Amino acid sequence: MLDKVGIAKRIAQEVKDGMYINLGIGIPTLVANYIPPSLNVVLQSENGLLGIGPFPTENKVDADLINAGKQTITMMPGSALFSSAESFAMIRGGHVDLTILGAMEVSEQGDISNWKVPGKMVKGMGGAMDLVASAENIIVAMQHCSKDGASKLLKKCTLPITGLNCVKKIVTDLAVLDVLPGGGFKLLERAPGVTVEQIKNATDGKLIIDGDVPEIGI
Amino acid sequence: MINKVVAHADEAVYDIQDNAVLMLGGFGLSGIPENCINALLRKGIKGLTCISNNAGVDDFGIGLLLKTRQVKKMISSYVGENAEFERQLLSGELEVDLIPQGTLAERIRAGGAGIPAFFTPAGYGTEVAEGKEVREFYGKMYLLEHWLRADFALVKAWKGDTTGNLIYRGTSRNFNPMMAAAGKITIAEVEELVPVGELDPNHIHTPGIYVQRIFQGKDYEKRIEQKTITKI
Repeated sequence: MLDKVGIAKRIAQEVKDGMYINLGIGIPTLVANYIPPSLNVVLQSENGLLGIGPFPTENKVDADLINAGKQTITMMPGSALFSSAESFAMIRGGHVDLTILGAMEVSEQGDISNWKVPGKMVKGMGGAMDLVASAENIIVAMQHCSKDGASKLLKKCTLPITGLNCVKKIVTDLAVLDVLPGGGFKLLERAPGVTVEQIKNATDGKLIIDGDVPEIGI
Repeated sequence: MINKVVAHADEAVYDIQDNAVLMLGGFGLSGIPENCINALLRKGIKGLTCISNNAGVDDFGIGLLLKTRQVKKMISSYVGENAEFERQLLSGELEVDLIPQGTLAERIRAGGAGIPAFFTPAGYGTEVAEGKEVREFYGKMYLLEHWLRADFALVKAWKGDTTGNLIYRGTSRNFNPMMAAAGKITIAEVEELVPVGELDPNHIHTPGIYVQRIFQGKDYEKRIEQKTITKI
């Protein structure tokens, strides 16, 4: 099984040199820590920054520099600042190469639910609906099953939808899977110590297994 | 040059009435019009519709206006981190319209730019699409969204001059520039008000044409919601 750091490390392997990347809140934010320093990438914050740097040291904390999770941050050399309208223009316009975000459920068609649980307090979708509607390359970081053991990789999402047919790849605590264009989860890799049988049992949607399934190397 | 300077926040908001539609700049607590919010508290007007990405926290930002029940409706993209907000929403005292953040930003931009409506893919196939026109362009589905305009836009900038040109700092720019253009009357509060000619025209973010009143703010708290540091 992978822990949160393991999931972040595996997703970091998907990052390529020269990418502009938007990282969601939670595990996706951790991915930044494991991107090899040899790669030149730029992190986008949808509140108006290209070039997120590390969290500041105590004496560099600046109330005018925060990320989308409202955490204090720094800027990398070569950063650019802009308005929220410009920020979502670059997202909608397809200029961001990779979007990594969390999910409560993903369907075998690539639909994603991650903004609302009916009956619980609704906090709002923030920028999630804009990101999933426009990004060409979406990787989801999530737990394969809920705390009570129910699969979160489903035939059809049960929670309110954030976006349709948009998720391309999923990295969970158990596996790496692609969402195929025609539907279905293609099993690519399994987490250390996890069997294909376990992944089958934990996946409610259509699981496609083609030949040997190697173990994730991180 | 046209002089738009008013003495202070109370003078700037003097004619905002009950049931006004307001835009308030800021993302989280960054770039919010602190002085104008305090002036609205003192003025005590009620029934406000507030268009703002977030709703502040319990004891700061728009959260202060929620506590005094001055807000009738919030139009926002994300409203977590606020217990009083949650209470009023669940009890039906407060109306809330939740909008995808990019759609919110673009609706405000469209309002200021004179574009009554536009198509965006965000929210297609979700409950956001309910009741909206859907149209296919180039093989992809889009929703028709309308502009947003306001009686007053309350924006916060880092520096401004007496004719209303504004410069923002860091990520506190966020929604402020679009809101400045979408308000019938735009009130800008700035950390540093300078005479005309001191700001480099190459560096202006919001041209003064959008701003009707400007004042030098004071006692900025600039509270941080999630102070996160690297330990060395």
